[in-house]
Formats: sequence, C-alpha cells, structure tokens
Amino acid sequence: MAAVELSELVKEYPNGVRGVDTVDLAIEDGEFFALLGPSGCGKTTLLRTLAGLEAATEGRIDIGGRDVTTMAPGERDVAMVFQDYALFPHMTVTENIAYPLRIQKVPRAERETRAMDTAGPLSLEALMDRRPAQLSGGQQQRVALARAMACHPQVFLFDEPLSNLDARLRLEARTFLKQLQRRLGVTTVFVTHDQAEALAMSDRMAVMEAGRIRQVGTPRDVFQRPASLFVANFIGATPMNLLDGRVTGGRLDLGAGEGFPLPEGYASLAEGLEVVVGIRPEYVDVVGPEVPDEEVVQGEVLTTENLGVSALVTVDAGAQPVRAVVPEYPEPEVGDRLRLRPQGQRVLLYRPDAEGRLIEP
Amino acid sequence: MTPVVRSVVAKIATYVAVCLLVVFFALPLLWLAITPFTPQPTYRVSLSGFTLDNFAQLGDNPQVWPSIRNSLVLAGGSALVVIALASLAAYALSRVQVPGRDQLLYALLLLSSIVTGTAAMVPIFLMLFQLGLIDRQVGVVLVLTGGLLPAAIFILKDFVDSIPRSYEESARVFGASASQILRHIVLPVIRPGMATVGVWALVQVWGNFLIPYVLLADPRKQPAAVVMYTFYDAGGQPDFALISTFALVYSVPVVVLYLVVNRRYGFAFQGGIKG
Repeated sequence: MAAVELSELVKEYPNGVRGVDTVDLAIEDGEFFALLGPSGCGKTTLLRTLAGLEAATEGRIDIGGRDVTTMAPGERDVAMVFQDYALFPHMTVTENIAYPLRIQKVPRAERETRAMDTAGPLSLEALMDRRPAQLSGGQQQRVALARAMACHPQVFLFDEPLSNLDARLRLEARTFLKQLQRRLGVTTVFVTHDQAEALAMSDRMAVMEAGRIRQVGTPRDVFQRPASLFVANFIGATPMNLLDGRVTGGRLDLGAGEGFPLPEGYASLAEGLEVVVGIRPEYVDVVGPEVPDEEVVQGEVLTTENLGVSALVTVDAGAQPVRAVVPEYPEPEVGDRLRLRPQGQRVLLYRPDAEGRLIEP
Repeated sequence: MTPVVRSVVAKIATYVAVCLLVVFFALPLLWLAITPFTPQPTYRVSLSGFTLDNFAQLGDNPQVWPSIRNSLVLAGGSALVVIALASLAAYALSRVQVPGRDQLLYALLLLSSIVTGTAAMVPIFLMLFQLGLIDRQVGVVLVLTGGLLPAAIFILKDFVDSIPRSYEESARVFGASASQILRHIVLPVIRPGMATVGVWALVQVWGNFLIPYVLLADPRKQPAAVVMYTFYDAGGQPDFALISTFALVYSVPVVVLYLVVNRRYGFAFQGGIKG
C-alpha cells in the first residue's frame, strides 16, 4: 500500500520531444486512478516512467514515501499489466503466475501453492496447466492480473488492460476490475483512452494532452465541470455543445436572434465578451410553450440518432446547431420544431482562445 | 489442330517432362536405397538378389566407424557453438540499436560464403597454421562455425525480433535481471529457431568435404565425408560395395535428426508467436 507522488516529472526523448512535460501529481494510497487522454498524449509514457521502463529526464517519483526516481523497475515494488498482457507463451498458467515469485527465489512448492491461492478468486483453477495460447482473451487478462497480484506489489500499473477485450466482455471486466481493486485496496494507476472507462472505474482521474495534465479530479468533477475546452471535448459519450456566444445585456447571444439568460453567478462578465458556451446534450431539456421565449433556443430537428434508451437530436437553432439528448418516447421527427432550454447550473463558459480555460463564476 | 487436341498434347508434353525430371532426381536416391543390398554393386540401379554381405565388409574396414564418430564430433561441435554464439548475437543485434546494423549483417552474410568456400582457403590455412590449429578438429569447428554464423544470426535475429518487447519489460518490472530474461524468456521462446539453425549447421558440416580435407592430415581425425573419398581398391576402381553401404550409413543420422527435430519443434525459418 502506498501513495504515489510525481514532482515536476519530465520525460524527454533524444529528439527533444517531451513525452511527459512537467507533471505534478499526487495519487493517494489505495486510490484507483485513471490516466486518460487521446493516443500520443503521453499517458503510457508516464506509466512506463512510473514503472521504471523509461528513465525520467527531470523530476522525482516517490512511491510509498520512497524516492524511486533512479531505481531499476524491479526495485520499485510495482506490478504492471500490459496491453497485450505479455504472458509468456512457453509457460503454463501456473508458471506465468508464479514467475515473479521465481525471480524472488521462492521455492517451487510454495510458488505453486501461492499461484493457486492467487488464481482461485479469479476463477482460474481449472486452467492452471494450460498455455496462454489456449486461453480466451478474458482468461488471459485474468492470468495477467493474477501474475501482477502474486508478488503483492505496493502499486498496480495497468496499461489499457481492457482494450483487447470485445465490447461486452469489457463491461464485465470493468466491474470485475473495480471490485478486485476495492477488495485488494492496492493503489492502482490505470491508463486508458476510453473516457467512459475512466469515468466508470476511477476514484479520481487525470486528463492528459501533449504530455501535460489538463485536469485532475473525480469523474464527477471532470464530467460536470471540464476545466478547458480540450477536456470538455474529450469527455462525454456524446460530444458537448460548444457554441460561440457573446455577453449582451445579461444574456448569452448565440447569433441569429437565438440566446438565453446568463447563468447564475456570471452577472459580472463584461458586456460584449466573447465566450464559448459549453452545454452537454444531456443537460438540454425539451420544453413546452409555457416557458417564455427568451429562455429557450428553438429550431427544426436536423437529425436524430438513436442511443438506445434515449435519442440525440440535432436542432438547427439559428446560427449554430444545438444537440440535445431526449427521452425515448415520444421521439421527435426530423423537421419538428423544438424548444430547448439548457439547465442553468450546467452551462459552462470558456475563453475562446487556444487554451480555452473555464471561466469561473 | 483443334484446341482440345492442342491442350491434350500440351498436357502430355508437360507430364513427360515432369516424369523425366522426377527420374533424374529420384534415381540417385533409388541407387542409395537399393545398391547396398545387391550382391554385385555398380553404377547401375539393378534389383539382382538381396544380400547383407556388403555391410559385413563395411564392418571390416577400420576407418568407417571412427570417421562417423569424427563427423559427429565436428558437426555436433560446430552446431553447438553456432547455436550458442548466434542466439546471443541475435538477441543483442535485435535489441540494441547500432548504426549500420543491418548493413553489417548483410555484409557478413555475403562474405560468409567465402569463408567456407575455396577462395579463402589459403589464408585460412596459413592462419590456422600460425595458430597451431592445423590437424586439430577444433580448428575445423572454428572455421566452419565462422562460415555458418552470419546466416545463423540472421535467421535467429528474425525470431528474436518477433518477441514482443512487453515480454521482457514485464519480466523486468518483476525484477528479472538481463541474464534471467535471456534464460527464462528469450531463449525458450526462440527454441524452434535454435533447433532449425542447429540442424541446418549440423547438415552443413556433415556434408562439408573441403575444409576437413585441407585442415586435417591425420586419417584418424578425418570425418566420413573425407574418408569416403578413399574407398578405392588396389586397381584404382571405386569399391561400390563399400561406397554404397557407407553412403547409406552416412545419411541415416541426418535423416533421423531431421525427423526428430521436425516432430518436436517443426521447422521454421521465421519467428512468430503462435496465437
């Protein structure tokens, strides 16, 4: 059990590219922490630097209060599960799980007992004599987990452990992995490019872009209040509405006569300020004629996309299309006129520059 | 000629050509299988009775069994040295980025045929003479190993290349040292490649005539390939009884080895982890 602390960590490649760029991060003991970002954002490099497979160029890594920055991977007391699981093809399941113990020179008989003990809760007992090639993807994943657990590390490092599973199995594995982590209580750092996975599994998460951390917080924080336009764009099953607007007379003017009142707390914003208005489609309600016109944007339905229990409709609201998630019944048809009202406390305002920071009320 | 007739004629011509080719290649093998058991062996393949007398004659010749043993020593020794050095070199060359690595490998591969060929025979002889390795089997093993190594490294490097890095990294995170990674992961995974290279090296040395002929003067140290060359009778005529039986005995170990290794590992010239 251990907390992980990164201070001003930099990983620079010989060609000058910074895979990890001045990262400060504190992961608490026992936490399930997700590193989320698009491919190439440096999340895997950060994980590998934590494991010691990449040497940090600058900065410091502490695991359990111990400075491990220059230690070899094997001395850091971490276990890593790779994206391809990296099971050794010439060894049986037992030998694979017991491999960390073999390195620690544990006698063979004890190794086998301990491998069996670890494998039991993961329902692998019946497979102990098989080779990895004779296992399904889900079974291979569990063997890789068992192997990581067998050496009782202080920290688990998972590199996209679910990405090689098919969609249905992935959902099951998600729940399973979360339960397992809770039961073991081992600090876990988990890399993924799938925002749904990060939101569903982690206690806290960091969103990365271009080697830097853009936001750290609980999944709820990150989903409801993305700190920048990048995070806003990246998080969410349906893309967030990001509308160009202007503060005009206590309202947000979206152009072509459409707009709605400034959300609470933003009254002090300068008149004429250009902003990007962020509203999740889930937080846009379809309202009836009883709501006054100045609180809604309205227009014709351009498309509807079925999401299962709900539908995503795109409405041609004046200058810019607005998306909203509506309940499954009654679903609007293309061409219907809809009146949409954003839920006031869910409206976020961002600066329209390259950084795109959230404007705090 | 109608198209039908034309196609029939073309077919007949093809089959005749194929048959001639098959006969051309099969006849020596047939000779090898039949002649040792015929009473009066000649160049011809003829089924005139059955006898095992020729093998008795083989047993009487004092050079036969020692020469087979010498062949085993030379071929086995070279194969072992080739496997050991080539696996280590292949692992290093696969994992360490050296500028010009591929060019180096290709150059070595091209030049290697010279080492075991006639062109470099004189300098090799002189070198071994100065090293005091003339008329010693270890000298032959070293020269042949040198000639075989580049191709062996080339084949094995391909096997090592196909091992995902994550295998080694996973072992490293568990605390395995470089030598443990090599012994526990890399070598076991490339074992089929090592078997292929070993058999290939063994066969190359087993059939090599020139190098042992030039470098070994003592007939008691010479391998079967060289000794077979001495099976003439007093009149200068080839002793077919001896040559044919010896040829059969000479080919058996290689065939057996091939079958054993093929059953155990299957031959592969390219690495690949079976999924």
